[in-house]
Amino acid sequence: MPDTSVKATSSGIARIFEAIKLPVGDPFALAGLIIYALFIFTAIAAPLIAPYDPTEILYTEDYDLASDLLPGEEGHILGTTSLGRDIFSQIVWGARSALLVGFTAAFMVAFIGSVVGLLAGYFGGRVDAFLMRLADVAFGIPFLPFVIVISAFSEPSIWNTVIAMALVLWRDTGRVIRSQVLSLRSRGYVEAARVVGSSDLKIILRHITPNILPLSFLYGSIAIGWAILTEASISFLGFGDPDAISWGFMLQDAFASQALARQAYHWFIPPGLAIILVVSAGFFISRGYENLLFPKLGR
Amino acid sequence: MGDRRMTQPMIQMENAQLHYKIGNAISAMMGLPSTVKAVDGVTLTLNKGESVGLLGESGCGKTSMGRILVRLEEVTGGSARFDGQEIKDLSGDELRSFRSRSQMIFQNPFDAVNPRYSIRKTLEEPLANARIPRDEWHTRVIDALELVGLGDPKQFLERYPHQLSGGQLQRVVMARALILQPEFVVADEPVSMLDVSVRAGVLNVFRDVRDRLGLTAIYISHDLALVRYVCDRTIVMYLGRIMEDGPTEDIVHAPLHPYSQALVAAVPTPHVDQSHDPLPIGSGAPDPRNPPSGCVFRDRCPRAQTRCADEVPMPRPIGTRRVACHFAEE
Repeated sequence: MPDTSVKATSSGIARIFEAIKLPVGDPFALAGLIIYALFIFTAIAAPLIAPYDPTEILYTEDYDLASDLLPGEEGHILGTTSLGRDIFSQIVWGARSALLVGFTAAFMVAFIGSVVGLLAGYFGGRVDAFLMRLADVAFGIPFLPFVIVISAFSEPSIWNTVIAMALVLWRDTGRVIRSQVLSLRSRGYVEAARVVGSSDLKIILRHITPNILPLSFLYGSIAIGWAILTEASISFLGFGDPDAISWGFMLQDAFASQALARQAYHWFIPPGLAIILVVSAGFFISRGYENLLFPKLGR
Repeated sequence: MGDRRMTQPMIQMENAQLHYKIGNAISAMMGLPSTVKAVDGVTLTLNKGESVGLLGESGCGKTSMGRILVRLEEVTGGSARFDGQEIKDLSGDELRSFRSRSQMIFQNPFDAVNPRYSIRKTLEEPLANARIPRDEWHTRVIDALELVGLGDPKQFLERYPHQLSGGQLQRVVMARALILQPEFVVADEPVSMLDVSVRAGVLNVFRDVRDRLGLTAIYISHDLALVRYVCDRTIVMYLGRIMEDGPTEDIVHAPLHPYSQALVAAVPTPHVDQSHDPLPIGSGAPDPRNPPSGCVFRDRCPRAQTRCADEVPMPRPIGTRRVACHFAEE
C-alpha cells in the first residue's frame, strides 16, 4: 500500500511542524523571526546581493588602490577596508558563514543533547550514570579556551567552532531533556505503551520525542547565538580562518588596521551590529519558546 | 477441557518481593532505612478464569502487585509466574506473546492515552506490536470499541482524547487492553478517577466483558463495596503483605483479620445522621520505609501482644480463607 505510507510520512512531517510551534504570538519572538528571515535570505542570496567579491582587492578608476574609502565613495555603500575590499560585500558574505556556523552548531547541540537526554532519561541506570558523568566532564571544560586549543591544533576553519560546540555544549541540552524524559517516562501512556508491547525504540520515538522537541528547539535557538558569538570571538582573537569572511574576521581586520584610531566607524560598527541583531534575534525566539513551554512564567 | 482450564493456575506468586532502594551512602551510614518494601513476601495462586479483588489503603502495595504481573516492575526476590513462566525472565517471542496475553487497565484515563494520538491510533498500537495483519485492524478496532459499549464506534475513531469524557476515555483504555483478546487483565482502580455517575456503567462493562471472555482478572481498589460488586474473591493487603484472602462475602460478613474488620467497619453507611462507631484501629498511617517488627499491622492493632512484635504471622488457612494473624480464631 504505497499511498498510505506516503500519507503517513506527510502527516508525520506535519506533526513535527505542529510540535515545533513557531512562537509567532509573541511580538519579540516575531521580531526575532523577521530578523532571521532577513538574514537567511541574505545568506542564501549573498552572490546576488553583494556587488563585489568580499576578498577581492579593488582599484579605483585611476588604478589606485581603493583603500579606506568612506561610505558612498566610488559607489561603495559602506566604504572599503585598508586592503581595498568592499565592506558591504563582506557583511553580506559574513551572514552566510555566520548562519552556516550558527545552524550547524545549533543542530549538533540540539541533536546530541536530545539523544543523550533521551537515552539517559529513558534507560536510566548505568547508561544514565555514564552519560551524566560525561556531561559533568563537559561542564568542567571552559568553553572559549577549549575552542582556542582546538583551533590551535587543527587547520584554521570556521568548523572548529562547530566541532567544539558539538563536543561541549550538548551538556545543558542533555541535562534538561533528561529531566523532562524522566517525568515523561512515568506518564500513564508511556507505561501503557510498554504493556501493549511497544519496543523501547518505538516508545522513545513515538511517545517521548514529540514532547521534548520544543525543548530541543529552544536549546537549539539559544545555541545559534552562542555559535555566532563564539565564532566572532575566535576570529577576533585571530584563530579564525583567514580565507572565510565572517563578521568576527571583519572586526579583527578592523582592529588590526587600527580602524578605531582612524575613526573608521563604517568599518567595525556594521559587523558588530549584525552580530548583535542575529544573536539577540536568537534569544528573542528562544524567549518566545520559553513562553510557549512554560506559560506560567509570564513576563 | 473447560473443567481443567478452570483449575490451572494462571498466576503464581511465591514469596514475591518488590523492594525499592532509597537514600544514599550517607543516609545508610546514619542508620536510616535503605529500602521500601512495596511488596514483601506475597504468596498467591490465581486460577484461570478466576477474578480477585486486591483491597487495601494507598501505599499498601496493591498497585505494585499489579505492575509486577504485567511486567512494569520486576520482582526483586521470590517468583511471579504467568502460566508457568517466570515473568521477569521472558524475552523475545515469549515476551511478545506475554504482552498480548496480559494487559492492564489504568487508573487515570486522562493520563493513560497519548494526547497526540487519535482513538484509532491508540487502539492500533497494540495490533501493530502483536503483528496483526494490517487489513484486520479496522474491524478489530471497531469490535473492541463495541465490546466496551461505545455505541457507533466510527464517530470516535478520529477523535482525540481531549474530545472525550472521562467515562468514554476509560472505555477506550479498556478497549486497548482487550483488543488483543488477553487472558489476564489487571484493572488498577479503573473507576476511581471517574465521576460517580459514570462509574456503574464502566464497572458493568468490565464485569460483562470479563464474564464473556472468561478473563482472569485482578481488580485493584481501596473500596470494599466496588470489590464486592466485581469479584468473588478478595485479598486484603497491608504494607506489602497479604492480611486476609478468601471469598468476598465471607470477608464482608465475618472478617477474621483485625485490619479487614477495620476496613469493613469503615464502609460508609447511607444514613447521614447515623453516628459512626469509631474505627477499631489507630488512625496513624504507618511509614512504609520503617514498618514495625514482627506483624506489620501491630502498631495499629487492637489485639496486639508481645508475640506480634517478635514473630511475623504467615498467612495460614482458616476454613475457606488464609489469614495472617496469630489470633485470628479469637
